[in-house]
Amino acid sequence: MTIRQSAVVFAWILLIPALLYVLVIVAYPLADTINLSFTNASLRQTYDWIGFDNYRNIFKRGFSEVILRTLVWTFFSVGLKMVIGTFGAVMLNAAVPGRTMFRVLTMPPWIVPMAIGIFMWGWMYNGQFGMISGLLQRFGVIDGPMPFLAFGTSAFWATIVTDVWIGVPMVTIYLLAAIQSIPRDLYEAAWADGAGRFYRFRRITLPLIVPALITMSIISLISTFNSFDIIWILTQGGPSGKTTTMIIDTYRTAIGSYKFGEGAARAVLICIFLSVFCFAYFRLISRFSGATMR
Amino acid sequence: MKSNAMIDRYRWYEMVGIYAGIALFLAFVLAPFVEGFLVSLKPLTYLFSSPYKFWPQNASFDAYFTMWERVPLLGRYIFNSILISTIGTVIGVILITPAAYAFARFDFRGRGPLLGAFLAVNMFSGAVLLIPLYRLMRSFGLLNTYFAMIVPGVAFVIPTGIWLLRTYMLRIPQELEEAALADGASRFYTFRRVILPLAMPGISVVAIYAFLTIYAQQFIYALTFNSKTEYMPLPVGLYAFFGRQDVIWNELMAASFLGVLPVFVVFIYLQRYLVAGMTAGALKT
Repeated sequence: MTIRQSAVVFAWILLIPALLYVLVIVAYPLADTINLSFTNASLRQTYDWIGFDNYRNIFKRGFSEVILRTLVWTFFSVGLKMVIGTFGAVMLNAAVPGRTMFRVLTMPPWIVPMAIGIFMWGWMYNGQFGMISGLLQRFGVIDGPMPFLAFGTSAFWATIVTDVWIGVPMVTIYLLAAIQSIPRDLYEAAWADGAGRFYRFRRITLPLIVPALITMSIISLISTFNSFDIIWILTQGGPSGKTTTMIIDTYRTAIGSYKFGEGAARAVLICIFLSVFCFAYFRLISRFSGATMR
Repeated sequence: MKSNAMIDRYRWYEMVGIYAGIALFLAFVLAPFVEGFLVSLKPLTYLFSSPYKFWPQNASFDAYFTMWERVPLLGRYIFNSILISTIGTVIGVILITPAAYAFARFDFRGRGPLLGAFLAVNMFSGAVLLIPLYRLMRSFGLLNTYFAMIVPGVAFVIPTGIWLLRTYMLRIPQELEEAALADGASRFYTFRRVILPLAMPGISVVAIYAFLTIYAQQFIYALTFNSKTEYMPLPVGLYAFFGRQDVIWNELMAASFLGVLPVFVVFIYLQRYLVAGMTAGALKT
C-alpha cells in the first residue's frame, strides 16, 4: 500500500461511524417513508402495496388548503425573522456602551428548550390574564379580553410570532457576524465622502449582507417548514384546523391515527417541498457569489 | 485610528434612537422570560385576577416550593433531560470528531459530495421522518427507553457538528502532523496525540452546540417514542400539566425556570466560544 492509499483507507475508517449512523437514522427512514407512502401500512403487521392511492386521497381531503396555509405561515415567519433579525443586528452593531451585554441578552430564546419558551408564550396569549391581552386593554387597543389562541386568524398569527421569537436570535447573531466582516475601509471612505448613516446602511451594509441573508433565509425556511413544537403545544393545529400545517397534519395522520401509509405520503410531499427550496437556494447563492460552494 | 473614533461618534438623538431600537428589540426577545418569571412569583389568587397587572402583588417564591408536591417527578424530569442531552452529546462528539478530521485533512474521491450529503441531512427534521423512526425504534425494541429519545436527536446534530469542527481543524497547521508522521508515529497516534489536543477548543464548541440543541429539541421524540412517565424529559413532563384546563401557571412557570437553569449555566460560562465558533463556521461557507 502506498502512503496515499493508506491515507485514504484511514480517512474512510474515520468516516464510517458517522456515516453508518446517519445512514441508519436518516437515510433508511427516508427510503422507508417513500416505500410506505405507496402502502396502506398501519399498526397491523402486514400491509399491501396500493400504488398512488395515498397521494390521490391526500388531495381529496383538502390537503391543498393545508399546503397553502403552510406556505403562507412559512413566508410570513421567515420574512419577519429576516426583517427583525436585520434590525437587531444593525442595532447591536452600533458602538454604544453595553453592547456586549445586549448581544448576550439576545440569545435566550435560542438556547432555552423550545417547549419551555412556548409554555411562556401560551400564558402570554391567555385572554383574561395574559400579558398581551392585558396590555392591549390597558392602552385601549381592544375593549375586552382577547384569547389569542381561540380564534383562527389570531391563533395563526400568534403561532407565527412565537416561531419568529424562537428563530430571531440565530438570524440576528449570524447577520451581526456578517456585518462585522464587512471591511471598515468601505464605511470610512463613504463617511469621508460625506455619506450619512442611513445611506451607508443602504449602499454598503445591505448589499454586502445579501449572501448571508439568503443563507439565513433558507436555514430559517427549512426549520420553519418543519416547525412542530410551537403549533402542537399552543393549538395542536386548531381552532378548527386553522393552524394545521403540513407537518402537524402529517403527525396527526401518522402518529395520531396510526395511518402510517397516508402519513408517509404527506411526509414525502414535505420532502419534495424542502428539496425545491434547497435547489432554489443553490441557484440563488451561486448567482450572488460565484464560487461560494466548493 | 482617529477616523475610527469619529465615525463611531453619535449625536445625542442618534444615541437615543439606537438605545430605543435595542430596547424595542430586546423587549420582544425577553418579554416571555420577564412575564414568565413574574408569573412564577404571583400567588394563584392574584394571578387569576382581572384587570391585568404587570407587577405581582404579594410576590413570593411559594410556587418554587409547592411545585415539588404538584409535580412529584419534577426532579426526575430535569435529571432525564440532562441525561438525554449528555449521552447524546457524548455519542455525537465521538462520531463527529473523526469524521470532521477526515474531511479537514484527507483528500479522497467523493469528499465534496459526501460532505454535501451530510449537510443535506439538515434539510430533514425528526418530524418528517417520524413514522419510519417509530417503526425503527419499535423493531430495535427501543420504544419507551431512554435510547429512543437519544438516538434520533444525535443524527441531526452530526452534520452541523462536522461542519463546525472541520472549519476549526482546517486552521490547525498541517506541519505538526507531518512532523509526527515523519518521526514514525502512526496515523491513529497522530490523530489522538497531536490533533485531538489541538482541536479541543473546537470540540468544546461542538459539544456545547450538541448539548444545547439536544436539550432544546427533545420534545417530539419524547412525545412520540416514550410513554413511561419516569423516563420523560422536562418539556414533555410539564406538557402533561400544560394540557389541562386548570393549569397551575405559577408553578408551571417556576418549574420551567428551574429546567432552563442547567442550559443557562452552560451558556453563561461558554457563550463567547459558542458565538465565535458558530459564526466562524457559518461565514466560511
